[in-house]
Amino acid sequence: MSVTPFLVLSALLFSIGAIGVLVRRNAIVVFMCVELMLNASNLAFVAFARQHGNLDGQIAAFFVMVVAAAEVVVGLAIIMTIFRTRRSASVDDASLLKY
Amino acid sequence: MIAFWLLAPVMVVCALGMVVVRKAVHSAMLLAVVMVSLAVLYAAQDAPFLFAVQIIVYTGAVLMLFLFVLMLVGVDSSDSMVETLRGLRVAAVVVGVVFAVLLVAGVTQATYGAALGLEAANEDGNVSGVAQLLFSKYVFAFEVTSALLITAALGAMLLAHRERLTPKATQRDMARQRMRDYAERGVHPGPLPSPGMLARHNAVDTPALLPDGTPSELSISRVMRARGTVRDVSQDKLIATEIEGATKQLEAGRTHDTQNERTER
Repeated sequence: MSVTPFLVLSALLFSIGAIGVLVRRNAIVVFMCVELMLNASNLAFVAFARQHGNLDGQIAAFFVMVVAAAEVVVGLAIIMTIFRTRRSASVDDASLLKY
Repeated sequence: MIAFWLLAPVMVVCALGMVVVRKAVHSAMLLAVVMVSLAVLYAAQDAPFLFAVQIIVYTGAVLMLFLFVLMLVGVDSSDSMVETLRGLRVAAVVVGVVFAVLLVAGVTQATYGAALGLEAANEDGNVSGVAQLLFSKYVFAFEVTSALLITAALGAMLLAHRERLTPKATQRDMARQRMRDYAERGVHPGPLPSPGMLARHNAVDTPALLPDGTPSELSISRVMRARGTVRDVSQDKLIATEIEGATKQLEAGRTHDTQNERTER
């Protein structure tokens, strides 16, 4: 099977994730959408690994997963801290830098 | 490749649902579906190692972390549907769709030739193939990853840690506070009524009934009230009076029977 359907699926998932990041207000859901975008790019990496016949793409996907795991840990801790001080998980409420 | 055509629509629908659905927990569950389907697609593309890692790291660890934080932050913290910037939602969707069209057009216009396949690369098995690359060509990146993971763990500990600013209230302090509340505001110093007292159910969502049949506000946890999962007990009072009436009737009937027996004798 050719690599194109996988890339199309990956592009669709990435755009859906991007729309989610732009549209949603809840910080946790925004974060989940970022995860969806990372996953979509992983799919493209794995598809290209099969296309080129070497495992470098899979290694790249593996590193993306590691970095995503670290990012989720720190990001969720930040969301927790913001929630503790502001009693809200909305991305619009943390706007003090604007003033 | 049946797996792809079966899973791709499911994944797109679930991803769309994740963006549209209002409750964060539902979004997390839909994301889980997308991630597990992705794992299956990895397996279908000769990447069994990534298949396992995807399920263990993403659906196992990352998504559980998301759910944990959702529980801590409050499950009912759903999005407000009020737009803070006018026209933001429409503009975001338009931009996203245009972006998707661009990406898909670019991807489908390019010609890739026949896929080489991973049979040669996976000769000794996928795991050993990945390991050989990881510990030779990418060993520096791998080592840097360890520093990243340690920094992330330290950062999470630092951010989640809360310094205690006031001394911890001992049992003595709490008892004193309770008596002070009683003296100043007349708050009942004893324990709160337990849920379900004199009510038909003894579950925690059932408020205790006071002797006059009204539900006791104190017997229900604040959290359950905030979530709106408190059982409505206004019907219970009606049923209770019904039962009372029925038992009265029965008792009356019994006394009537015994009277009949007496007269027969």
